Amino acid sequence: MSAAASTWSNPSLLEIRAVSKRFGEKEVLKTLSLNVAQGEFLTLLGESGSGKTTLLRLIAGFEQPTAGELWMSGQRLDTLPPHKRRVNTVFQQYALFPHLNVSENVAYGLRANNTPKSQIAERVQQALAMVRMSEYAVAKPTKLSGGQQQRIALARALVNRPQLLLLDEPLSALDANLRKEMQGELKSLQREVGITFLFVTHDQEEAMALSDRIALLKDGALEQIATPREIYAHPATAYTAQFIGQTNLLRATVRANIADCGEFKFPTNSPDGPALFSLRPEKIFAASGTPSYPDSTRFFADIRQQFYGGSTELLELLCSDGQVVRARINAAGPLSGRHEFFFFAQDAIPVKP
Amino acid sequence: MYSRLYKLAISLPPLFWVTLFLLVPYALMFAHSFWVTQDGVILHNWSFHQYKELLSQPLYATVFFRTMRVAASVTLLSLLLGYPLAYFLSFHAGPRKELLYQLVIVPLWVSYLVRGYAWKTILGTDGVLNGALQYLHITHEPVSALLYSPFAVILMLTHIYTPFVFLPIYASLEHIPRPLLEASSDLGASPRSTFLRVILPLSMPGLLAGATFAFVLTLGDFLAPLLVGGSSSTMIANVVQSLFGAAYDWPLGAAISVFILFITVGLLFFTEHLEKRWTFQ
Repeated sequence: MSAAASTWSNPSLLEIRAVSKRFGEKEVLKTLSLNVAQGEFLTLLGESGSGKTTLLRLIAGFEQPTAGELWMSGQRLDTLPPHKRRVNTVFQQYALFPHLNVSENVAYGLRANNTPKSQIAERVQQALAMVRMSEYAVAKPTKLSGGQQQRIALARALVNRPQLLLLDEPLSALDANLRKEMQGELKSLQREVGITFLFVTHDQEEAMALSDRIALLKDGALEQIATPREIYAHPATAYTAQFIGQTNLLRATVRANIADCGEFKFPTNSPDGPALFSLRPEKIFAASGTPSYPDSTRFFADIRQQFYGGSTELLELLCSDGQVVRARINAAGPLSGRHEFFFFAQDAIPVKP
Repeated sequence: MYSRLYKLAISLPPLFWVTLFLLVPYALMFAHSFWVTQDGVILHNWSFHQYKELLSQPLYATVFFRTMRVAASVTLLSLLLGYPLAYFLSFHAGPRKELLYQLVIVPLWVSYLVRGYAWKTILGTDGVLNGALQYLHITHEPVSALLYSPFAVILMLTHIYTPFVFLPIYASLEHIPRPLLEASSDLGASPRSTFLRVILPLSMPGLLAGATFAFVLTLGDFLAPLLVGGSSSTMIANVVQSLFGAAYDWPLGAAISVFILFITVGLLFFTEHLEKRWTFQ
């Protein structure tokens, strides 16, 4: 864990310097700057239209930036054609060559780069063994399942030992169970080969589970970049707080270090004036039978809805001033009526609107 | 579920049509090829006489090989024209794609005969081409070799069959998933290498279908030699035509027809087999 957490302090492999991209009138990327550290697993997270796939395509060389530069290992990257970049891509729909069998697909990059014949067979075998697909070496890709095609696409990219591997929503075409399994494999594979992964997804859970760092994009600009834990615990903006996990946004007026948001009043360090706070549902607790902790804010609310989730329950609470907040508590059986709840002031994180 | 009667009712008319206008004529043709003529009368004496005649007369072999040469030339030339055209339209035409596609198709609506006569007008001694050559002082007198030569036949048929070659190639190029091309360059292949190792193999079914069209259609063509070919470019279909017409030797004409039919069917089987080998889905 500590090794993984420290990777992002490594020197930069890829520098994205003030890159913009326009398609006609539409500005898809807005002067975006970002550094990818050597050996890290960085995820570009965002909704569709946030520009994450466009950024990936700029790095692969399928699109040209309208402005700005890309540098990799101290060399200008954006002026090179795709086939001269030491970057490989795992495509969303895998893009395996239908006229070639599995090992020919994997050997494609090695042949294109004039690798000596004697080495090709060995490296293809190693790559197939790495993704546990050795027994399918002569199969045609169209005969394979989605998960198997996914592994071949990975092997085909990694066999070239790229400096940077780009993954364009590679798991989105898989069903839920297989996706979880492949997430685990991806993560351990990345540790094993030590290649820098730049992973694109719109699935925040996937981003949290896999990444060393997450770069959240919104409308073509970088909203926040941080480790999953940091970004979840300390979202910088309301958008981040809502996109990554669930949250309650509390609108408050701060006066003399007290945030007043109608039903709740709690101490804060924020300056006077209107303010927005993010309070995660799991930071709201049921108060029945617990003593009154210092720095905790207690309130009564009606349970409007209850969503059972196995080990936890999500409650939709209607406060007496009309505000609705959500609380995630340990499973407690069917609940109804008026109950008392509380939260700690330090869990209400001030966020920019 | 449809009743038996209903199924019979809808399949009977086409069955009748095929029998009357395809199977019966073929049967007649086969029968004729084993008969003989004597003093302008067809005698129903069964023999291999016509096939022996076919093999013993060097004239037929000469015409046959000329026809094959012309067909091969037309195929090659229309591939050389049609493939780059289809490639350009599919990958580089951008928003003009639809318009250009229509422009390629339009000549197909013009009658074959009209296009044939057009070539006659272009290539003749008083034709547009000779006029231009003399005007530009490239030649001083009309070049008569332009018209009435195998060259003119090849030129005209290439012009007519290039759209037929273009269409299946274009369709197969359009079917190539574009991410495959990105994957190829992503893996380090140069544009040339991507063409040779991804685009060409994946467009093979279209290329084979186009080549088959051009070859088979040229093999059976008799109008081009008639219009622009002259006696030096008589093709096998012209021989059949004259045997069934002026020469009134139906049995020999039928024998040649059977021979061509077998070559054509064999060719179709062969290319279909190849097309299947190159189809991946």
